Order: sequence, then C-alpha cells, then structure tokens
Amino acid sequence: EEMEKQAVDGARRAFNSGRSRPLQYRKQQLSALLRLIRERQAEIVSALKRDISRSEFDTPIFELIGIENDIKLAERNLADWMAPQPVKKTLLTITDDVYIKAEPLGVVLIIGAWNYPWSLTLRPLVGAIAAGNAAVVKPSEVSKSSASLLKELLPQYLDTEMYPVVTGGVPETQELLKQRFDHIFYTGNSTVGKLVMEAAARHLAPVTLELGGKSPCYIDKDCDIAVACRRITWGKFANCGQTCIAPDYILCHPNIQHRVIEEIRQTLLEFYGEDPKTSPDYGRIINQHHFDRLLALIEGCTVAVGGESDKSQCYITPTILKDVLPHARIMQEEIFGPVLPIVTAGDVNEVIRFINERPKPLALYVFSSNKKVVRRMLNETTSGGVLVNDVMVHYTINALPFGGVGNSGVGRYHGKHTFDQLSHHRACLIKSLAMERLNMARYPPMTPSRLRTSMFFLRSRSGSCDQALRAWAVVSSLLALALLISLLVVLLRVSAHAGLGSVLL
Amino acid sequence: MQIIERLRAAFQSGVTAPLQFRLTQLKSLLSLLEDNEPQILEALQKDLAKPKFEAVLSEIDMVVNDLCYTINSLPTWIQPSYVGKNLATKLDDCFVRREPLGVVLIIGAWNYPLQLILAPLIGAIAAGNCAILKPSEISRATERLLAQLIPKYLSQECFAVICGGAEETKSLLENRFDHIFYTGSQAVARSILQAAAVHLTPVTLELGGKCPCLIYGRLDMLAAAKRLVWSKFFNAGQSCVAPDYVLCTPEMREELLPAIAKALSIFYGSQPKQSEDFSRIVTDRHWDRLMALLGKTQGRVVMGGEGSKEDKYFAPTVVVDLDGSDALMQEEIFGPIMPILTIESLEQGITFINQREKPLALYVFSDESQVVNMVLERTSSGGFCSNDGIVHMTLPGLPFGGVGASGMGSYHGRWTFETFSHRRGCMLRGWGLERISMLRYPPYTESNLSWLRWATSAKKKSWGVCSVIELLHFFFAVIYLYTYTEYISI
Repeated sequence: EEMEKQAVDGARRAFNSGRSRPLQYRKQQLSALLRLIRERQAEIVSALKRDISRSEFDTPIFELIGIENDIKLAERNLADWMAPQPVKKTLLTITDDVYIKAEPLGVVLIIGAWNYPWSLTLRPLVGAIAAGNAAVVKPSEVSKSSASLLKELLPQYLDTEMYPVVTGGVPETQELLKQRFDHIFYTGNSTVGKLVMEAAARHLAPVTLELGGKSPCYIDKDCDIAVACRRITWGKFANCGQTCIAPDYILCHPNIQHRVIEEIRQTLLEFYGEDPKTSPDYGRIINQHHFDRLLALIEGCTVAVGGESDKSQCYITPTILKDVLPHARIMQEEIFGPVLPIVTAGDVNEVIRFINERPKPLALYVFSSNKKVVRRMLNETTSGGVLVNDVMVHYTINALPFGGVGNSGVGRYHGKHTFDQLSHHRACLIKSLAMERLNMARYPPMTPSRLRTSMFFLRSRSGSCDQALRAWAVVSSLLALALLISLLVVLLRVSAHAGLGSVLL
Repeated sequence: MQIIERLRAAFQSGVTAPLQFRLTQLKSLLSLLEDNEPQILEALQKDLAKPKFEAVLSEIDMVVNDLCYTINSLPTWIQPSYVGKNLATKLDDCFVRREPLGVVLIIGAWNYPLQLILAPLIGAIAAGNCAILKPSEISRATERLLAQLIPKYLSQECFAVICGGAEETKSLLENRFDHIFYTGSQAVARSILQAAAVHLTPVTLELGGKCPCLIYGRLDMLAAAKRLVWSKFFNAGQSCVAPDYVLCTPEMREELLPAIAKALSIFYGSQPKQSEDFSRIVTDRHWDRLMALLGKTQGRVVMGGEGSKEDKYFAPTVVVDLDGSDALMQEEIFGPIMPILTIESLEQGITFINQREKPLALYVFSDESQVVNMVLERTSSGGFCSNDGIVHMTLPGLPFGGVGASGMGSYHGRWTFETFSHRRGCMLRGWGLERISMLRYPPYTESNLSWLRWATSAKKKSWGVCSVIELLHFFFAVIYLYTYTEYISI
C-alpha cells in the first residue's frame, strides 16, 4: 500500500510546487514524450509483439501516430488553449473583463487498458500534461511487457515525481483508488468502470470512462458490398478483434447474408492467406482466460467460416457465424475477438429497433449508398460515434470527440478534447470599484423605479424577446434605408438640374 | 417506476427531437413565468420571506433571460459542427452532432427554489430530453406551485414533477437516468454519485463550500463594503456563491467595519427586522443551526447577533477575532453571519485559501491589478470575481459550476444545452478512392506504412497557400497510387 500512496503524495507535492503550470514546462515534457515514442519505437514494437503478437506495421498506425498527432497539436496550440477566452457581456458589465480561463485540476489518475497499452495510456497523459496537471499512470498488468517497458522508459524522459508510473494488478489498483485524485481517467470494461466511478464518488472526483459495448455494423442492400466487406474485415480482424471500436456484429438482410460471407471469406484470403496462423500480420488472443471465453461464445452457433483454434498459441482463426439469434450468448456481451456473428434483419425499421433495444454502443457503423437510410440511422439511433461506409477510422480525426454515451462511457477525449476534459474552465469576472452609480440601482431599499433600472441593465440584450424592440429595429432600418434612397434621389435631381447629370452618370 | 417508464417511452417515440417541439415547450415555460408572476412571488415570500426585488431579479428574471437566450440561439446550437481532417480523410464529412441523452433527473434546492430547478430544465428541454423535476421539499410553497403549474404548461408525456423528501429521492435514484443534475450539499452529492455509478450515469453537481473574500491593497472601502454587504446578505446569506468569510489585514479591518455598518444602515435601515428588503431563514432547523454556530464561536460579535425564532429573522451579523479552527470556519455558513479573519500578508491569505477545499466562488476586492492577478493565478475555484460578488453568475456567456469539492460540470446559457447533450462524432465516407484505403490492408509492407503515416500525420496549420500545396500533394498522391498500384498484383 505504501508504494501507491507514496506515488500519489509525491505527485501532489510536485503539483503544489507549481512547476507543471508554465507553458514552457508543459511543452518541454510533451516534446520529451514525443522523443520517447520516436527513439524507442523498436522496443515498443517488440513489447507489443510479446504481449499480443501485434504486427510491427499495426503498431505505428494503430497506436503511435495517434499519440504523435496529439502531442504535435498540443505543442502548436497550447498557448492559445491556455489563453483566457472572452465571452459575451451584458450592458452592465460592458467595461469589465469577462472570460473563461482553463486551469489544471491537480493530480489525475490514468488507468490504461491492455489492447492498445501505449495509446490508451499515453494519449490521456498528453492531455494531462498539456492541461498542467500531475498524473499517476497505471498501465494494464495484462499487457505485461508494455507495462514494464513503460515503467522503465517514462522516468527516463519525463519528470518522475510529477508523472509516476505505478504497475500492478487488482490489489494495487484498488489501493490507488482509495487515494484522492482530482480526476480519474479509466479505459476498460463497464464492470470495472462502475467500481471506478463508485470509488471516485467518495472524494467527489469527476471521471472519464472509456468503456465498450457491442458496436453494431449495418450493411444495407443498397451499397457496394465488396468494398464494405473488405473494410469491415480489416477493422474486425486487426489486433485480432481486440479493439473497443471493432465492428462487433453485422446486421443485414437475409438475402445478402451469403454474399457478405463470401466477400469476407475472399478478403480474408487476400489479407492473411490460406493459413492465417502463418501470416505475420494476424495477431493472437491476449491470454488463456479470453481465449476460453471466446471459444465458449462460439459454442452453439453456426460457423460459416473458420472456427478452428490452437490453445497453445492462443490462436483463433478468423471466424464468421451465420444466422445468429438475438438471444444467443454471443449477443449478450462484447465479443472482443476475431469472431463475427451475422444477425439478419428484414428492413431498416427492424435494424433501428434492434439497436435501440440494446445499450448505447461506443461506435455505430452503417454501410449504405442510400442517403435516406443514412439520415434515418443518424437521427433515430445514438452511439458514442458513428461512421458511415467504413469502420474505425473516425478514431484518427483528433478534432472529433472520442467517447461513449450511456453504458459505453462518460466524457470524451482526443486532441483538444483531452485538454478540455482534464482542465477546469474557471469563469472570471474582473470588475473595478468605479462606476458605482451604475450599481446603485440594485441596492436596497427597493423602489419600483430602481427595479426597472436594474432590469434594464441586467437583461441580456440579444436575448431579449421583446417584440417591440424587434419591431423598432426593423422599422428604424427601413426608415434609414428610405432616408438613404431619398438622399440619393435628391442628389441626382440637384445634379441633373445643375447640368452635372452627365458627369454623375 | 411508472412515471419514468412513461417518459422513456415518450422519448423513444422521438417526440422531443424536433426543433419545433423544443421551442414550443420553451415558449410555454416562458408563458408559465409571465402568467404567474404574482403567484411565484407569493410562494417565494412564504418560503423565504424573499423581498419582491430579490425574487424578480434572482429568480424570475434570471430564468426569463436564459429562456430568451436559449430560444433565440437554439436553431444555431443544434446544427452539426464540422471539424478539420487529415490528408487521408480529406474527401469525407466529419462533424459533431448534439444528441439528446434520454430521461434526465433534475434535483433542485431550497435557497433559489425556482431558478435552481428551472434553469437546468431549460437546457434539458433545449437538448431534446424528457425530464423529471424533483424540487426541494424544504421550500414547500414553491414545490407545490411547480407541481401545479408544470403539468399545465409543459407536455405531461415528457416532463413530470415528483415531490417528496429524502426517502422518495432515494427510491427515485434507484432507477436509471441518462443524466442527473443535482444542486445541494456535498454529503448528499456523494450518495447521488454512488447511485449514479450503478448505472454509469453522468452527473452534474452544483455544490457549495466556503467562498473566501480577500480584501487587500489600495481600494475605495465604502464602495467595496457596499458590494460585499449586498452579496453577503442577499437572500439572508443563503446563496451558494455568497462570500462566506472575509480575509483582510488588521489595519483594513479598522476601515472595513464602519464601512460595513454604514452600508447595512443604508440598505436595511437601523432595524433590519423592519426592512422589507431583508429575507428570513428558510426553516426553524436552519435558524437553530445558525444560532448554535454563533454560540460556539470563539470570536467577538461586533454587529447583529440577535434573532427571533417566530419569524425566523436572523440579524445581519459580523464576527471578528477568530481563526481558522473556529466553529464558524468548519462548515459553509449559509446565513447572515460574516466572520472577518485577519492576515498579515497577501501570501498568508492565499496559503489560507489553498489549505482548504476549492470553493464555488472566490472574491477579491482591490484596486491593484497585481493583487487581483496574483490571487487569480495562485488559487482555484469554480468561478472568480474581483470587486463584486455573485454577479458573475448572471452572465449567460460564463459557465457556472464548481471544481473539486464544490462540484463538477457547469451550466447557464449554452453550457446547460451542452451538459444535457451527447456530442456524437460522425464521419461519412464514400466508396471511391478505395486505392487509398488499400494502403492500410494486409499483407503489410513498409512502403504502404510510410504512405499511410504521411497521410494521417498532423500537418502544419493550413494557411491559404499551404492548403493549396496540401491539396496538390493529395492529388498527386492519388494519381501516383492509382497508376502505381495498377502494377501491383492484388
């Protein structure tokens, strides 16, 4: 217990010293983090290969580029983000300074996940540093090599006291959660998410929960099915399906189910060859526990493609299940593996109903060339994010807020959103003691005339619903226009009369 | 719970989504306030002996302003906001949609019983949600009035008022909501957060704390005293943003005390009990609490100190010669007692403030801008106001909320709308340019990887010419890829 408390106390001491606040310090830490990712990429790639058999090509694209982009965005814009943001004033505050100022919260706890151990731990850290906080980083113990590599590397580049790394399993995490934080950032599953929120409740700490769920993928009859299936195959089987925004299951019309299966089968051949086990680009399941869990989910379903596995390697071949029933076990929990069930649905209404009956997902995918269908799906469902005609790549736009809703999470991040999430936006009103006459109207003793004066000043101008005011605005504009026109007419007449008409014309 | 099920069914039917519906409901709410002003004033008078002036300004007008602002701005707010993209996604549509959450719960408080429950409701309606209102049972007359008026003006399918005490609130919280908005105390907030954790419900907590007021440096003492007295004794000190205690040097205190006395006599006359402009304490229980605090204090009462339980009058009171360990400094006062503590230096004052929980508001009175800036830089609080009190929360552009123990989340104006919305990231792609997408597919190669990294990495800020160059890069890349990849066997 001592180690966790020490790390948190040290971080708080470091934060209270005030050194994480100046722009210079934040930029310096961010560029150090960038150097870490660039200089030690080879070691990170091998750690991931050991943890999850991730291909060396997947790691830069799926993990490192996101972190790099976030750091570069912050470095470029941090001065702007930290500057006071002025807001609109009322008549009474017209000579005052009214603005919102982003301030650090204090000590942030970042709990990472095992499927993208670097991205999911370091991207929140980028925001924490940019916002001027201290941060305790707790990488997932399930991705062992990455956790120990992070613990070794981070102190070599960043301020150790300000950003300590705490490794360990459930007991260590529980010990950490007993300490007081100013914000807790958790990526993982809903069950633990609820426990994190409960622990945060004790200290009234705000939380960001990046959870998961079953991300539905709807393939409309009216779409380029070949391209759709290729994109879906890519998204589903990358990282061996262990991605929170992987298309979890497919919804399509029974008439196209066969075509969908064939296209995916064909694409799998193109991607991983006859035997995916031998392809360097196909990953493995993280551990025995999840391997067993996935095999149990496949049981009882009709296998259209794949279904083979090798326990010694935690290998499950890319698997497609057809005609899956809505109440099947595989439809009750997030799959998080290379198993793709297809559930058939008659029409868009049924699809929308199906999706809305279930918890709000982290991502929703719609494949359709029909604008009406797309519009209906956008308007009649909700999800953390939505992507039409592709999967997962919305994650790469850091201007888009990334987060869940309902069961799939609380809060959002990426790019500036992380900075906002981990800052306190303090409302500031800077007044002077002068112009006291204006204030007199609000002081007691009260008279009806004082009340009227106060209301006149406090009423927000553009927000006034006063019909009379609006009518007067229109009338006066028309009058002004009329005056202008008559002035022009008079000028022309005068000039024509004086024989200057030709000059003017 | 039946009411919740009914509201959820209404939400799922999609009736609250269209802009027209939201505007109609908001305009109805406006009519509710305009048509029933006398009844509202009467209810507030019964609950808190709230003077007409305070009731109009801080309850009715604040909500009316917010309503007008929201009604006028809503068509803009619900538009999707488009965002910038990287090279690989240049031809796609990327935008953020604001979507309703579902059925939300709004729990009000008793000190501004109308404003604290209707202001959040404005945003909940504007964002397209259904809402359950749970007004405070302590401000009984307002609670009853709301229960009577809301069903008359708003859609009964989508909005309901539930009355009751701690027991009813507890069982209400066992249900699932899509957002909980609570205004009140820290103790209750913890149990609300724990109930919310069970369903992973996001919450907004508007709590309180002890709002410090630092008076330092060169300043016009009488003007400062007037503003201080106005903000402190407004609503008889029962405001979450009232300056809770004052910090100043012993010399300034000598000037401050007579200035406060003068301001008090200008505002409420020599007998505040007779003044129509001074409120009362909300219940006997709260009156007893305040009297007990005065009994326990080690300080010296220099003004006020008397009260009468029958009409819950508590005189404007000033206490001096106390320190941080005093009974008056252990909890939020929430009443017309103003402790004045002395400090030797600004540094000491800032340290004193930082040793305590982050407050909802922080006030500094000074004509010296470096004093104001120093306090602003070295402390944290929900909101900050120099040379005045409370008024920062009347500005629709400023987010109103706490930090740390004083709360989480914020509202007012557009911020309420954002609080009750889900910001959904959306990306619409086309079928074309599959050649570019193919860069990302297995079997993986080094060259594909380099292309992809280049295409998806953040570029320099686009400024006119640079964006033209960027576009040129893009087109050349497309042409190259189309011709080059023709020769790669796929």
